[in-house]
Amino acid sequence: MMMTRIIAAALAAVGLTATAIAAEGEAHAPENHEWSFEGPFGTYDRHAVQRGYQVYQEVCASCHSMNLMRFRNLGQKGGPFEAEGYPNPNDNPIVMQIAAGYQIEDGPNDDGDMFMRDGIASDAFPAPFENEQLARASNGGALPPDLSLIVKARSGGADYIRSLLLGYTDAPEDSHLSPGQHYNEYFPGGAIAMAPPLMDDIISYDDGTAATTEQMAEDVVTFLTWAGDPHMEARKQMGAMVLIYLFIFAILVYLAYRQVWRNVKH
Amino acid sequence: MSGPSTYDPKTGIEKWLDSRLPIIRLGYDSFVDFPTPRNLNYWWTFGGILAIFLMIQIVTGVVLAMHYVAHEAHAFESVERIRRDVPFGWLIQSMHANGASFFFVAVYLHMFRGLYYGSYKAPREVLWILGVVIYLLMMATGFMGYVLPWGQMSYWGAMVITNLIGALPFVGDAIREWLWGGFSVGQATLNRFFSLHYLLPFVIAGVVGLHIWALHVPGNGNPAGLEIKDPKKDALPFHPYYTVKDGFAIIVYLMVFAVFVFYLPNVLGHADNYIEANPLSTPAHIVPEWYYLPFYAILRAITFDIGPIDAKLGGVIAMFGAIGILFVLPWLDTSKVRSMRYRPLTRWFFIFFVIAALGLGWCGAKNPDDSFIGAVKFVHLAQFLTAYYFAYFIVILPVMGIVEKPKQRPASIEASVLGEDKS
Repeated sequence: MMMTRIIAAALAAVGLTATAIAAEGEAHAPENHEWSFEGPFGTYDRHAVQRGYQVYQEVCASCHSMNLMRFRNLGQKGGPFEAEGYPNPNDNPIVMQIAAGYQIEDGPNDDGDMFMRDGIASDAFPAPFENEQLARASNGGALPPDLSLIVKARSGGADYIRSLLLGYTDAPEDSHLSPGQHYNEYFPGGAIAMAPPLMDDIISYDDGTAATTEQMAEDVVTFLTWAGDPHMEARKQMGAMVLIYLFIFAILVYLAYRQVWRNVKH
Repeated sequence: MSGPSTYDPKTGIEKWLDSRLPIIRLGYDSFVDFPTPRNLNYWWTFGGILAIFLMIQIVTGVVLAMHYVAHEAHAFESVERIRRDVPFGWLIQSMHANGASFFFVAVYLHMFRGLYYGSYKAPREVLWILGVVIYLLMMATGFMGYVLPWGQMSYWGAMVITNLIGALPFVGDAIREWLWGGFSVGQATLNRFFSLHYLLPFVIAGVVGLHIWALHVPGNGNPAGLEIKDPKKDALPFHPYYTVKDGFAIIVYLMVFAVFVFYLPNVLGHADNYIEANPLSTPAHIVPEWYYLPFYAILRAITFDIGPIDAKLGGVIAMFGAIGILFVLPWLDTSKVRSMRYRPLTRWFFIFFVIAALGLGWCGAKNPDDSFIGAVKFVHLAQFLTAYYFAYFIVILPVMGIVEKPKQRPASIEASVLGEDKS
């Protein structure tokens, strides 16, 4: 019966967790790293986010899209290129310059033709592949995931992404890697289609920072964390205000409670 | 209990309105002068907390619905747009998602309080049953709300749960397709879940109205489990005594809520729900929201056929039975003593019941085949705890009411406050 089979499949999927988890269990726990954005008062290291954007742009973007990002996001409040005097990020000259570096297909125009134009601040980050099929065909069948939310979408978060970027080692002898796969001890199962993306001096930073593999990993993960949670700083600031307000309010109401109940034994 | 109204309209407009629609009188009698036992402890503040959270969920939800798009291809992106581009959308969305969890924390504490102090016993059976109805509606609302962001856990959680309906004999397939609006979880499912997710909170609000009505006929229970005999000695007017006490508790609870909203917004969620739903890729580990985990554990604990009922259907029956049994609880407990304070043995069974419920939640989050202790797997633990869960209602409460010798109870609420140590 169809019904029983679907139920069986659903329950089996749950049961299969056993194997899947066991397989994942072999992956190393991510290395704990100290981040500028950790803790209740953590903020994004603005320079790291800027450098991280450069790493994304020059290294990751050749395979990975960031479909939820617009160029204007780079200049918004809390963004890496936020500039004084430009409350509207669409007017931000750095953002406009970055966007203008891309050719974007637009249209159709009045003649019904699509045309190319310079990018503007409100354009989305262009995706490297037109569709999933092309992305897979270009990457040996594997789909490079969209990076807009990647830090939130993986348990282990920033630590996991950083460990993964730095976790490439020679494959142990008992591992079975297909052609085009690489060994990474932090990846569930160990076999990952992504080639080691970072190596020393693969890019040269605009701000002169030495582009070591570790530095680039930290920077790009800081950028990706910001991209996944761009309002974190505003959120934590408001949280502090709300908690202080509620704390004082609670004390006042508690004193009122003591006053109201002063003559009542309870 | 309600007694004659003491409302005395003073201004002309109040007198005018009172002889036409005595709504101020209703509010006054219900929330100002309402005689409330003087011995209520902080476990009684969760009713007010729940009312606040129902309002928070409705207000944030109405705003979210202005920006949400109930479409397979756009739902995930529209929720991200709310988080990223809608002014304070990150705040509203975080309040709504975490608010659901805090709503359930409060409702579980409210229910455990009712179980401990015998709030379900005569004359409050209808009050209790209405509470169970609200809880069921909350479960349905929460489940459908979790589907709306259309992440991987949304989609696959919906798939697993709706497939449970399919386990019903004869009608299962038809009901499941009717729920789906098709042959799988898809666009039609998402759209109707959105519609129902918007509808049900107002149904909840209506049943809450009945719940409060049913509360105000017999009046509050209380830790001593006694009725008010002399309102002057045993009771206090609701306002200002309990408005200020509830108010304090609400603010403290809101502080804990704020810590999650502002500092831990994703802790109660699942990383996989930040991946857009993909019908072709099943997550390794499908788990429902934390507040369903005990029932998920009960579902998976039935791994054996019972006569003509196969294990899957047995699991579904056990899961729904675990909630259904709450409806008949008032008639299962044979003891006339309401408060566990005066039930020295049953009190311990109750404490184990709470541990069993929490333990079932733990089992629900774990893989059933993982080892609990040595050769004992989590599925075995879940089976033991499921057995205890049902035994508590079917065996322990009926039997203890007959065999247990309760402790001496105080003569009145006033005596319980003045005459002996608070326990």
